[in-house]
Amino acid sequence: MSEVNSIKPYLRLSGLEPLIVRPETNFVNIGERTNVTGSKKFARLIRENKYEEALSVARQQVESGAQVIDVNMDDALLDGVQAMTTFINLLQSEPDISRVPLMIDSSKFEIIEAGLKCVQGKCIVNSISLKEGEQKFIEQAVICQSYGAAVIVMAFDEKGQADTEDRKVEICHRAYKILTEQVGFDGQDIIFDPNIFAVATGLEEHNNYGVDFIQATRRIKELMPLAGISGGVSNLSFSFRGNEPVREAMHSVFLYYAIKAGMNMGIVNAGQLVVYDEIEPQLRQLCEDVILNRNNENNEATEKLIAFAETVKATDKTEKKNDAWRSTSVEERLKHALVNGITDYIDEDTEEARQQYAKPLEVIEGPLMAGMGVVGDLFGAGKMFLPQVVKSARVMKKSVAWLTPFIEEEKRNNASSTTGNVKKILLATVKGDVHDIGKNIVGVVLGCNGYDIIDLGVMVPTDKILDTAQKENVDIIGLSGLITPSLDEMVNVAHEMKRRGMDQPLLIGGATTSRMHTAVKIAPQYEKGVVHVLDASRSVTVAGSLLGEQRGNFLSKVQEEYVRLQYDFANKKVVKDYLSFADAQANKVKVDWDSYTPPAPSFTGTKVFVNYDLAELREYIDWKPFFISWELHGSFPQILEDAKVGVEATKLYNDANALLDQIVKEKWLTAQGVIGFWPASRVAADTVNVHRDGSELELQFLRQQIKKAADQPNLSLADFIAPAEAGKEDYIGAFSVTIQGIEQHIKRFEAALDDYNKIMLQALADRFAEAFAECLHARTRKEFWAYVKDEQLSNEELIKEKYQGIRPAPGYPACPDHTEKYKLFELLGGEEATGIHLTESLAMYPASSVCGWYFSHPQSQYFGVGKIQQDQFKDYLQRKKMPEEELQRWLRPVME
Amino acid sequence: MNIREELGRRILVIDGAMGTMIQRYKLQEADYRGERFKDWHSDVKGNNDLLCLTQPQIITEIHRQYLDAGADIIETNTFSSTSIAMADYDMQSLAYELNVAAAKCAREAVKQSGKQAWVAGAIGPLNKTLSLSPDVNNPGFRAVTFDEVVEAYYEQVKGLVDGGVDILLIETIFDTLNAKGAIFAIKKYFRDVAAEPLPIMISGTITDASGRTLSGQTLEAFYTSVAHARPLSVGLNCALGAKEMRPHIAELSQLASCFVSAYPNAGLPNAMGEYDEDPQDTGHYLEDWAREGYVNIVGGCCGTTPDHIRHIAEHVKHVNPRPLPVVEKELV
Repeated sequence: MSEVNSIKPYLRLSGLEPLIVRPETNFVNIGERTNVTGSKKFARLIRENKYEEALSVARQQVESGAQVIDVNMDDALLDGVQAMTTFINLLQSEPDISRVPLMIDSSKFEIIEAGLKCVQGKCIVNSISLKEGEQKFIEQAVICQSYGAAVIVMAFDEKGQADTEDRKVEICHRAYKILTEQVGFDGQDIIFDPNIFAVATGLEEHNNYGVDFIQATRRIKELMPLAGISGGVSNLSFSFRGNEPVREAMHSVFLYYAIKAGMNMGIVNAGQLVVYDEIEPQLRQLCEDVILNRNNENNEATEKLIAFAETVKATDKTEKKNDAWRSTSVEERLKHALVNGITDYIDEDTEEARQQYAKPLEVIEGPLMAGMGVVGDLFGAGKMFLPQVVKSARVMKKSVAWLTPFIEEEKRNNASSTTGNVKKILLATVKGDVHDIGKNIVGVVLGCNGYDIIDLGVMVPTDKILDTAQKENVDIIGLSGLITPSLDEMVNVAHEMKRRGMDQPLLIGGATTSRMHTAVKIAPQYEKGVVHVLDASRSVTVAGSLLGEQRGNFLSKVQEEYVRLQYDFANKKVVKDYLSFADAQANKVKVDWDSYTPPAPSFTGTKVFVNYDLAELREYIDWKPFFISWELHGSFPQILEDAKVGVEATKLYNDANALLDQIVKEKWLTAQGVIGFWPASRVAADTVNVHRDGSELELQFLRQQIKKAADQPNLSLADFIAPAEAGKEDYIGAFSVTIQGIEQHIKRFEAALDDYNKIMLQALADRFAEAFAECLHARTRKEFWAYVKDEQLSNEELIKEKYQGIRPAPGYPACPDHTEKYKLFELLGGEEATGIHLTESLAMYPASSVCGWYFSHPQSQYFGVGKIQQDQFKDYLQRKKMPEEELQRWLRPVME
Repeated sequence: MNIREELGRRILVIDGAMGTMIQRYKLQEADYRGERFKDWHSDVKGNNDLLCLTQPQIITEIHRQYLDAGADIIETNTFSSTSIAMADYDMQSLAYELNVAAAKCAREAVKQSGKQAWVAGAIGPLNKTLSLSPDVNNPGFRAVTFDEVVEAYYEQVKGLVDGGVDILLIETIFDTLNAKGAIFAIKKYFRDVAAEPLPIMISGTITDASGRTLSGQTLEAFYTSVAHARPLSVGLNCALGAKEMRPHIAELSQLASCFVSAYPNAGLPNAMGEYDEDPQDTGHYLEDWAREGYVNIVGGCCGTTPDHIRHIAEHVKHVNPRPLPVVEKELV
């Protein structure tokens, strides 16, 4: 058991660290320079919005010994609330400044409150007073107390500011009683400012001001020993403006006596206080006479001090320039440039570093890798976001590009010089797939973390991936894919790796991949390690784990998890109930065809759009997927205000729009599209017959087979086309759009080592393609098919699919069979119509392309077919007239 | 029974982790949704506070287990029941209701148990911070304003009080300014309704061996910054196990003029991210603190279970509480 403790009634303040004002503390220096009314420099910096530089004023105060910092933003030209908020928020992020408590200083209480809202520590409010009566005083005191602040009470009441000793004491005593007895303040949280006024002004009635303050202080401390006494010391010497040596001497002398009387804190220029004993004796004597109002008949002492002052040369106080990051060491500059993504000086800084280091390679291995290490740590800690990292990578690449010729030269001169032991990672988008934004991002992020990236690009056949991996002796292989057939390709790659007896770990990523699919389908093919990587930010940790000592451990943990997933998967299957295909077909969507007249489109056949206006398409852009491609998740436009990523999202959005301006203005891209409408009728439950200029084409659809809730139909897209027996003339439509012309710009960005703009352009081209599809669909509804002529939907409503009719794409959930895409393209006039080429996996190239069917029926809706059963597969096989094995391959994602 | 008087007599036991216990029920999306939110437009699995509305019997049952294990104070399941934290699920409009429901679950458990116990309304730290910028390039940026924080906490306090809590517990404080927002809201609420304020418990979080909060304050600076709440108790919880928390609790017990609380995690997480400290071990650690005279209220945070609470209660049962320090009113 410890002894019973006792807690003393000391004023306790805090910044990041505590400040306890004990009797033996003597005097607390409150830094005065962060005050727009007292420091011209500070005022200018704030007015010019140079807050970062203004922080250096605060830092200099703390370094000079200020134990509290006074912040004042009372300037007619400033928005005080905003300036106070901005400055204090910034200050909070500088631990070497915010370790001390703050004094929030303003004559406007709203500015004080704005400051209090930003400070976690216990601060001092400067000031409140009885100036506007007791009620206001109590009101403000209660608010200060709710924020947990101590208060400075100025000796000011309804009658005015106290100048005599008696008035000072009287007002302070009255205020103390109100605060302690009515508001509930602790005595030690009250600090009085009994007003320091200028002396030696030439007016005799001012001569006793110093004495009044000192005497009042003594009496206040006797009456209210817990309270503190403070004051703005520089007021005292106001009449000696411009003569710093005299002013400093006056302050020191004044404090010497005031502190003896009980003053325990004061607002001073912490860097400029001279020690009382070190003041030149004659000057000290003159100051004492003036301050203590001795030998001052007819202003005698004043006159003498003025006369002396003229002999003292004001020492030139040139203020040290605040050095921005450009004046730091080259290592620091490189780090700063990397972390902040600044390319402006990278060539010159890299060159400077190259000259300092023995070998150019050492610049990479030293300062550049150190800087990227910081970037990696910040990214890992969620303090940097993907767009920033990509910008950092751009800086890195530019720096490396500067060094490369020197490294090459050195290699030629010194054959034995080695390139170090950099781990290699091979990345590729698998055969048949053309999507590579995600893969590019992973490459950038891994590259930032010191890996050597071999990027084989898109549509890479298995053999090329594995041959390269073996030839280059890579450490990890990473596969990417966006469309469902790519999943099979990945299984195939894993299978081949086993057959070849390889032992590199295999990473799986991309929008269509999943942990479950990886665990159930890919991992069993290859036992040397298959890991699903959710996004670029995870790729670094995974690569690190795979290439470090904990590889075995990591892989066995992943394996454990995958086994569990496999088990879950195996057990999950049985819980779902399926209908027989016949029952599912019987439970089709109920449509009253008799009372429905299908709308006729304004034309049949196709209509081609050449070089569609990009400015118009821009209005249709859905931004949410754009942010997702940068791993910034959230709704648009709310994401721009998001707590965590808002600022970066906004920057990204602005960069995107700047690039869009250029794309549109300089016509970088061309939008090509085609739409078409044809008479169509449902000729069997899941078969639609399309009539085209005498010839006919049968479209085959798949139907949901899972057992649905009562009254819920088992959907098939075919349900939305009128059956032949209804005797109604119905139609189906189709479209395909693409964005061309991206390659040359991508090459240009690649040449400029600018991944940021490269990925940006790819992402924007994708958005344009989607916007084009949205635009043509809207025009189809209102104009070409015109079944809702008066549709008035906002872009947001379009994105939420609030329109009538749908535009599902073959290969996507409502019609998951990719091979129907052949028919869609045939109807639309083939590759010539838009220049879209279909790969063997039925991906569209250029990658920024979209296609789909148009259905107009009011009941048509988006849905997922889900898993189908063998009976439907057999039926579908007959209808498709394809080899069973091939169809199986295409439908694997929807088969149990 | 007056809690101040009881704290003068003995060490009180606060309950253990709620999340750890909820996990044991292996609830699925549909369970979280219940009937009322079956068509809610976003996933709600993991929104543990929602269970006060959709599975109140589970929450009450967990409270019961802690009461039966020996807890004198149980915390409402409201760690994230503010409009700000609930925005993750687009459920900001439910904040008030969640707090009322959670308080009722806890009250019900106390009633069922038939024992004397206090319900502490848990006020969590929010997912947005007032002292830290989420943007490395813009340190002056703040994701939320003080006024917004006060507004959110005010609503939570109102819900907790209306639901019948005995104490308000501001816990897991890693940014002191957020806690100051909560204190501000509590003071404002009781001023507005002109009622006798409920006792406030304050519990900060020291994140690592540096002995500082996440927002950078030392323990003493933290205590100084929240002392104006005039709390019933001040203490530490979360982030650390008992072993790591010991020096900080020792320091706090010297500083605090009020009662001292401590509810550490069940050790530090192991490689798999799980807490695996044995209940016996936790009990031993806390008994040591009690014998040193550091504490008045003890319990558990992440990873602790009714078993831990049972052992803690058993171990501190016969140990005298930390005596309140003498608060001097005059300088000598």
